[in-house]
Amino acid sequence: MIVAKNKPIEEIIEEVKDFEKLLIVGCNECVTVCESGGKKEVAVLASALRMYFMNQGKDIKIDEVTLERQCDHEYLEEIRNIIDQYDGVLSLACGVGVQFMAEKYLRTPVLPGVDTCFMGVTEERGVWTERCQGCGQCILARTGGICPVSRCAKRLFNGPCGGSTKGHCEINKDLVCGWQLILDRLAELGKMEDYEKLTPIKDWSTERAGGPRKVVREDVQE
Amino acid sequence: MNTKTPSKLEKILKAGHQAVTSECGPPRGSDGEAIAKKAEMIKDYVDAINITDNQTSVTRLCSLAACIRLKLMGLEPVLQMVVRDRNRIALQSDILGAASFDINNILCLSGDHQQFGDNPQGQNVFDIDSIQLIQTVRLMRDEGKFLGGDDIERPPQMFVGAAANPFADPFEIRVPRLAKKVAAGAEFIQTQCIYNLDKFELWMKQACDRGLHEKVYILAGVTPFKSAGMAKYMKNRVPGMDVPDEVVKRMSGVPKEKQAEEGLKICVESIQRLKEVEGVSGFHVMAIEWEEKVPEIVEQAGLYPRPEVD
Repeated sequence: MIVAKNKPIEEIIEEVKDFEKLLIVGCNECVTVCESGGKKEVAVLASALRMYFMNQGKDIKIDEVTLERQCDHEYLEEIRNIIDQYDGVLSLACGVGVQFMAEKYLRTPVLPGVDTCFMGVTEERGVWTERCQGCGQCILARTGGICPVSRCAKRLFNGPCGGSTKGHCEINKDLVCGWQLILDRLAELGKMEDYEKLTPIKDWSTERAGGPRKVVREDVQE
Repeated sequence: MNTKTPSKLEKILKAGHQAVTSECGPPRGSDGEAIAKKAEMIKDYVDAINITDNQTSVTRLCSLAACIRLKLMGLEPVLQMVVRDRNRIALQSDILGAASFDINNILCLSGDHQQFGDNPQGQNVFDIDSIQLIQTVRLMRDEGKFLGGDDIERPPQMFVGAAANPFADPFEIRVPRLAKKVAAGAEFIQTQCIYNLDKFELWMKQACDRGLHEKVYILAGVTPFKSAGMAKYMKNRVPGMDVPDEVVKRMSGVPKEKQAEEGLKICVESIQRLKEVEGVSGFHVMAIEWEEKVPEIVEQAGLYPRPEVD
């Protein structure tokens, strides 16, 4: 999933303080799972803002809605009939959802309510960690199913570096060394001999380096 | 003598001498004389001088400019190059820049993560890794080609080096990782500072068992402690460093004003022991901001005078 975290309330207040009518829009996908932008978080944020502005003696109408997704036209269309009633929208979707809504509703300011962090997993309740950077050319088959791009701080293809200490990364003792994980997995798979194969230089043109990306599937296009 | 490059370091190693290299860190400013001054102190006691490349990710005068300065002084620089700050275009371009001044040695490194330096908010590059940089220099030199496939006019003639840290984890892959660097084309290795000699000897033995010492020249890295505080700092704070308790104890066991002397003594003793280790082809003396002590260390370790080669 795409993992996001809530923006500090002070930052949100600064963004929305001049509005009189605000719509907070949640998303029922990734940000619901990572507990930053689902229906529950929309309600909590709306209450907090109402309380803050009431204490400030400011009258601001805050409504709530949570869409199934904010990265599909279909669901974003659901607010077409109501969006003009608001001075602004605060989207608790990831940056993808915020942008897609902004592209669709040109006259309404659409503001982000979360900071989008990474593609990752729920390790345990309240702990999410990164797994993928979407480089566009998956090499997991060669690295024991563990990704050196997303899990090594230097994204080394022939790691680990000299800073790997007791299974941890040199930059942070709480961070597992991605290459230690790769080696552990290769050992479990009985494929340690794969370690000595030199990984060729990567083509980064399928990653961010190649500019904004696009996937086209003519076979499913209508 | 069958050398592949005009590198003096290569000639010395191929002639069977134990080589001595040292390093100078460039200044945090534009005073190029600072690097010249450091080099002057050590030039007669070493065969080549590494110039570090923004070590510990702290911004400094660039390695390339400092290497050019040494070259113009008639000295033998080793261009350290990290892949942290430059993509493949800039790396190849800087290699050509160095080659245009006939800088004939390069040390290919990953580089410390920028979090340790003065710009932790900065982006990093890591377009290729250190092993791929070794391959890149060898491609440029041996095939006369850019990574993009085009021909290079007047290809670089560089003796290609890499670092090895026998003390990082996991230990089991430290020799396989050395083997990867050799397979990628590394011709000399400069190791991390050695304080745990037993562990180094074990690593070296495993390397020799695989015959790696016959494929690559391994220079053992040593750094003298200036104080017990430095020993403790290196032990506890520097990633990938292995300083045994007894070494810290030995440093702490002498009065403060004698600690520098003790640190030099430990360094010289280490070299003397390592000279006898099979597979050690020389020494890389990293006297961090203490370059003036390099002559003393080299002399006392019996590595002076340095051999002459054409």
